[in-house]
Amino acid sequence: MKLPSKTRAYIIRHHTGLMVCGLSVVLLVTPLVVNNPYNLGILNLIGLYVIAVLGLNLFIGYAGQISLGHAAFFGLGAYGSAILTTTYQLPPWPALALTAVIVAVVALIIGVPTLRLSGHYLAMATLGFNYVVHSVLVQWDAVTGGPSGLSGVPPLALFGLSFDNDVKFHFLVWGFAMVALTLCLNLVRSGVGRGLAALAQDEVAASALGVDVARAKVGVFVLSAVFASVAGSLYAHYFGYVNPDTFSIFKSLDLVIMVVVGGLGSIWGTLFGVGFITVLPNLLDFFETYSDIIHGVILVVILLFLPQGLVTGLADYSKIRLARRRLAGANRG
Amino acid sequence: MSQRLKVIMGKPLLQITRLSKHFGGLPALAEVNFAVERGQVTALIGPNGAGKTTLINCLTGVVRPDQGEIWFDGENLAGLPAHRIARLGVSRTFQNLRIFPRLAVLDNVLCGLTAQAGDSMFLALLRPPGLRHRERRLRLAAMEALDTFGLADKAELPAGVLPYGDKKRLEMARAFVSQPVLTLLDEPVAGLNPEETARIAGLIRQMRLSGKTMVLVEHDMELVMGVSDRVVVLDGGSRIAAGSPEEVRTNPLVLEAYLGRMSATA
Repeated sequence: MKLPSKTRAYIIRHHTGLMVCGLSVVLLVTPLVVNNPYNLGILNLIGLYVIAVLGLNLFIGYAGQISLGHAAFFGLGAYGSAILTTTYQLPPWPALALTAVIVAVVALIIGVPTLRLSGHYLAMATLGFNYVVHSVLVQWDAVTGGPSGLSGVPPLALFGLSFDNDVKFHFLVWGFAMVALTLCLNLVRSGVGRGLAALAQDEVAASALGVDVARAKVGVFVLSAVFASVAGSLYAHYFGYVNPDTFSIFKSLDLVIMVVVGGLGSIWGTLFGVGFITVLPNLLDFFETYSDIIHGVILVVILLFLPQGLVTGLADYSKIRLARRRLAGANRG
Repeated sequence: MSQRLKVIMGKPLLQITRLSKHFGGLPALAEVNFAVERGQVTALIGPNGAGKTTLINCLTGVVRPDQGEIWFDGENLAGLPAHRIARLGVSRTFQNLRIFPRLAVLDNVLCGLTAQAGDSMFLALLRPPGLRHRERRLRLAAMEALDTFGLADKAELPAGVLPYGDKKRLEMARAFVSQPVLTLLDEPVAGLNPEETARIAGLIRQMRLSGKTMVLVEHDMELVMGVSDRVVVLDGGSRIAAGSPEEVRTNPLVLEAYLGRMSATA
């Protein structure tokens, strides 16, 4: 089938928007097809993690930094919403917004000094931060409920419609996820996004072109923390309870593995990375029993052979091969 | 012509006075004076270790000078961070190529337009129509620059796969796309064959004709003598000579700096 050239030009020009619309339509009809609550629950979990991992992928993949502490922001979001709606009886939406603002401020305070570090030092600093947050969640009984956590978190509601089951929550979480996806796609196609991609590859060259490296890094760090916080708030309202173990450093590692499988800097790949890592333990008991080992092996193998991550690495490889072939052809011709 | 304009026009675009920089007690630059006139190509030459790259790095904020002033268009650049200096209209290329290998050729050039692209992360996330139109305009400007530097047919390729000569020209396209006030070219023909060197020389002349001001750091004397209006010679961190290419070529101090050790042993 050959499309008229006008239609083709339209598709090429708006391919990103069309892909987002297409995916939205698929997600809208999904609950009609998938009516098994267990599978829908997994899909909801994927939606939650997509929001957090999109932000983390901007930070790792675009700004080229490393965070081994993003579960802390996820946890702060979840606990923020849980505490504000149960202890302080705040309505869920203002609680979600207030929590996101608080987390943004925390990220700013953490980010300004730590983002002067790079590589291993930044990894250690963020890991330490996650450890501190986790310890506080476990120890501060009076506020956080200690090791057993908090329960009785009310579901979110909109216009009298309460998102209190898997089907309803599906629309809510994927609505958020699609907004997050669109925001990320917008950012990476802007001058700010190019500045981030540039500083990830060469900070000296980026600053010589006018990129304020320190400010850009902190900006993305705060943005990614806010994404994680919103995901955490949704998590708390979905499950109705929060527990510190969900937000340990191992969850941070899982988030990084999702980024790596999705591919560093690949916004669309993030969907695959999160889906793959979330579905895997649900496919076979074997994967669940040995999930830590399997995650470790996946991480090592991918980083060994495709340092840019699975999806990005494969895409880069094919792009470079095509380009080489074209250049060789041009020389001969 | 207004009084102010006359004052500005009368002064050199760049005026460096008594610039010094030490690295662990060793002087890399010792009270160097250096001026660049508008619309000219000023070459900066000298043997290895003369302090040329240190001077460029002080000027672009990569390293902080110990003392001295760098007056550029009425502003003292000494000690400003690199991105601020870039935004005042100083662009540069690097001695050891610093392109972004994983970005497409076109995106590399677009990175040269960072200041024009706007840096509000909030607006970038929302991508309002105004930003979309601006992006389209910037892409056109970048394509034009690629065309000038002979890379238009490779716009979509990842920059890392380009041959070396193309990468050198890509870096120049990135430095000139923003219509800079001053461009520093750090060894633009290092490692290039005669054919590619001639091509770069042609591009430098073309940029000069279109009114660009450039500082050229280079070891290739044929290129320096061929494209420069003025030549400044550094040796051991100090300025030893300055003048037209002809004057510098016959200056005994310069000959000694380049050939000194040979004549001493002879």
